[in-house]
Amino acid sequence: MLCKIMMKEKRQILIFALFALIILLVPLFLKGNYFLNVLVFIGINTLLAVALNLLLGYAGQISLGHAAFFGLGAYVSGILTTRFPVDPWLSLLIAAACAATLAFVIGFPILKLKGHYLAMATLGFGIIMYIFFNETVDWTGGPSGLSGIPNLRLGPVIFDNDLNNYYLVWIITLGVMLLSINLSQSRIGRALRAINDSEVAARVMGVNARILKVQIFTVSAFVSAIAGSLYAHTMTFISPTSFGFNFSVELLTMIIIGGLGSIYGSFLGAAILTMLPEFLRVFRDFDIVIYGLMLILITMFMPSGLIGGLEALFKIIAGKIKWSAARNV
Amino acid sequence: MDNSSQLVQYVLSGLSNGAIYALIGFGFAIIHNATGILNFAQGEFVMLGGMFTIFILSFLNLPLAAAIVLAIILSTLVGILFERLAIRPLKNIKPLSLVIITIGASIFIRGAAMLIWGKDTHALPAFSSNNPLYVYGATIMPQHLWIFGITLLIIIVNKLFFSYSILGKAMRACAYNAHAASLVGIDVKIMVLLSFAVSAAIGSMAGIIIAPLTMTSYDVGIMLGIKGFCAVIIGGMSSGLGTVLGGLLLGLLESLGAGYISASYKDAIAFIILLLILFIRPEGLFKQKETQRV
Amino acid sequence: MFKVEGITQIFGGLTALEDVSFSVAPRSITGIIGPNGAGKTTLFNIVTGLYTQTKGQVYLGGKNISFFEPEILARLGLVRTFQNVELFGQMSVLENVMVGLHTKSKSGIFSCAFKLPGQIKEEKIVRIKAQQWLEFTGLADSADVAACNLPFGKGRLLEISRAMAVEPQIILMDEPAAGLNSRETAGLAELIRKIQALGTTIILVEHDMELVMDVCESIVVLNLGKKLAHGTPREIQENKAVIAAYLGED
Repeated sequence: MLCKIMMKEKRQILIFALFALIILLVPLFLKGNYFLNVLVFIGINTLLAVALNLLLGYAGQISLGHAAFFGLGAYVSGILTTRFPVDPWLSLLIAAACAATLAFVIGFPILKLKGHYLAMATLGFGIIMYIFFNETVDWTGGPSGLSGIPNLRLGPVIFDNDLNNYYLVWIITLGVMLLSINLSQSRIGRALRAINDSEVAARVMGVNARILKVQIFTVSAFVSAIAGSLYAHTMTFISPTSFGFNFSVELLTMIIIGGLGSIYGSFLGAAILTMLPEFLRVFRDFDIVIYGLMLILITMFMPSGLIGGLEALFKIIAGKIKWSAARNV
Repeated sequence: MDNSSQLVQYVLSGLSNGAIYALIGFGFAIIHNATGILNFAQGEFVMLGGMFTIFILSFLNLPLAAAIVLAIILSTLVGILFERLAIRPLKNIKPLSLVIITIGASIFIRGAAMLIWGKDTHALPAFSSNNPLYVYGATIMPQHLWIFGITLLIIIVNKLFFSYSILGKAMRACAYNAHAASLVGIDVKIMVLLSFAVSAAIGSMAGIIIAPLTMTSYDVGIMLGIKGFCAVIIGGMSSGLGTVLGGLLLGLLESLGAGYISASYKDAIAFIILLLILFIRPEGLFKQKETQRV
Repeated sequence: MFKVEGITQIFGGLTALEDVSFSVAPRSITGIIGPNGAGKTTLFNIVTGLYTQTKGQVYLGGKNISFFEPEILARLGLVRTFQNVELFGQMSVLENVMVGLHTKSKSGIFSCAFKLPGQIKEEKIVRIKAQQWLEFTGLADSADVAACNLPFGKGRLLEISRAMAVEPQIILMDEPAAGLNSRETAGLAELIRKIQALGTTIILVEHDMELVMDVCESIVVLNLGKKLAHGTPREIQENKAVIAAYLGED
């Protein structure tokens, strides 16, 4: 029994190592390619999707305002580095700390709410933040945006081209993915999934659901703000439209498509939703119609998302092979 | 304009917006009480009402009254389709799935509206003349009177429907206890369908009567929807007086806040009120606290 | 050891429990019986911190635990099972029991994400303990099964294993025999005695009179929200008021 679990853990490490290796090798085949730029965005979106998945997929708490934390990270970082002589790395940390603090403070009252009410409250929070991004013109530049945000740099390396940005974003994203996978197979991960399945039973078992929900909300906001800061420093320009309600829904769609609670699913969902508009011009006009349809259809017919579907498919195929092998013996 | 007439002006526009919020709130309450679902697509019915009317007016050249009736029927059909296609087939009715599906439906309807009607804002002609009336120095558009009149009418019809008609009583029975209702021979499925239909109809009416004043476009649903939700939360999820008061209160605060504090934060005011109510008194301002049952 | 005093619960004008008091000896098995609507589950919900009672106190080992939250009660050694089996369906049987060991471990979010050495060691211990509890209840064979795929009877056993993993002083079981066949019920009676032998106090709400009379040392009878009687199984069987309540006389 214990041996079986160790095997499972080994297999998980192997899968992650393989995934990380592929990700890190990809640029060798894509030198100077425009596609590398798309992959940078996939990295940022994966980071965001993983952050939201910690909250929604693990703990079962919905947020329709996560774009606000992304935006807060971007704006705090952008404002600190353009208006004050703050180092971009320091600004990244301050931005993440700001978002985490805000999440911690609003987390207690907001996560008392359940289901539909939580969705509405987070939606309201997201829109309030969006209004602030737009209206505090003196700080954020308002609807016309904030430009001239400096790139991050590490010694002689400046993160101002696609290749460098690729490694910057993906190393952080891979790190967060690994930490999230670790978390899911641990005491805290189990407690979060227990809250997701039955909050009452989890509490009766001694799980402090209130604190744990706030903790994961805070972590999720922290990671989202890092993504926002990375976005600001790689794009060097930000404007409120990237951080509105539509983007919150896009994030939600990513993790629903990929699979709730699955870290690789977050990557899959982020990759699909980032690439579709790049390659299908039609998609740009139809995007929200398609998001809406995907949310409905996947929730109705494929509740564990593409990753769940792939796993089921894999099991069927594996089962068939085993069966025919057994027959041949 | 002197100070007092300015105040009258703010109060007036606040009340008329508030009446609309109350109607949208009714839509939320009717579906929620019949099914436990908070329909995130509620605001889209409001948008559809206005957009359908404009569309019918410009393409079919029907008189305004006929266009309005047709628009309400079309919006109601959308509500019915939504229930039949996306809600009834559901087997796994986890609250989270329902939230996601109604959000999906909401952005699907919004996206479809954008594809069909474009991103422009449209104006619906006023129901009667455009000549303003003057009261205490404030201007009233006749449309304001239409809004008050129709809202009052809907409130009365709504009250009569749920208190006296067999159908209305059956719907209320489902809201109290669906299982018990089914035991006395009420077809719960039909009642759920009906709640979506009634809610879509009321929502679209709200969208139609406000359209001449505020203009309309494919994306007005989300803001109006959330403000309607805010009204119904203040009212304690009822389709009655509490929600009417909630809507009017919200409309007033919003309009006074925009007038005296800052116009650019007008929308933020509504959402801050929403969050405060959800945090402090999620059971509404007018309800007594009840012991929570698990 | 465990005591409720003057518990009254009013739901919107409706009195569900009125002035209920009784005490339970350490390491004993107490049954709470009564017709439907007597307020048995309501009493459980109050004691375990899920409802807030209108009036009255609850004591555990001399400590006043009225109005405590369920997660604090678990740490103090009071757990329960549910009438409608509340398992963590998406998790494996073993993981369900591991959640029961939540209070017996302490790795935080940081050490879990970074897999610090202390966390790895703790995780191993938790896993072994969980395995032992599954062996205790006879579920070890199903350790890898997803809880939602468990047959009903085994689901009840899993709930008990999970609750026992908290190593409670007192365990409250809400209709543990409901939906079990006679063979499973006999196994349950044996398990309840095994739990008592560990030094745990047991209170059960149960409709299966045979089981109650068999295992319980003392019985509390509730009717229409009031305590009707409290005594040994024999005393209860001979109590006229109890017989009247069960036969529906006024």
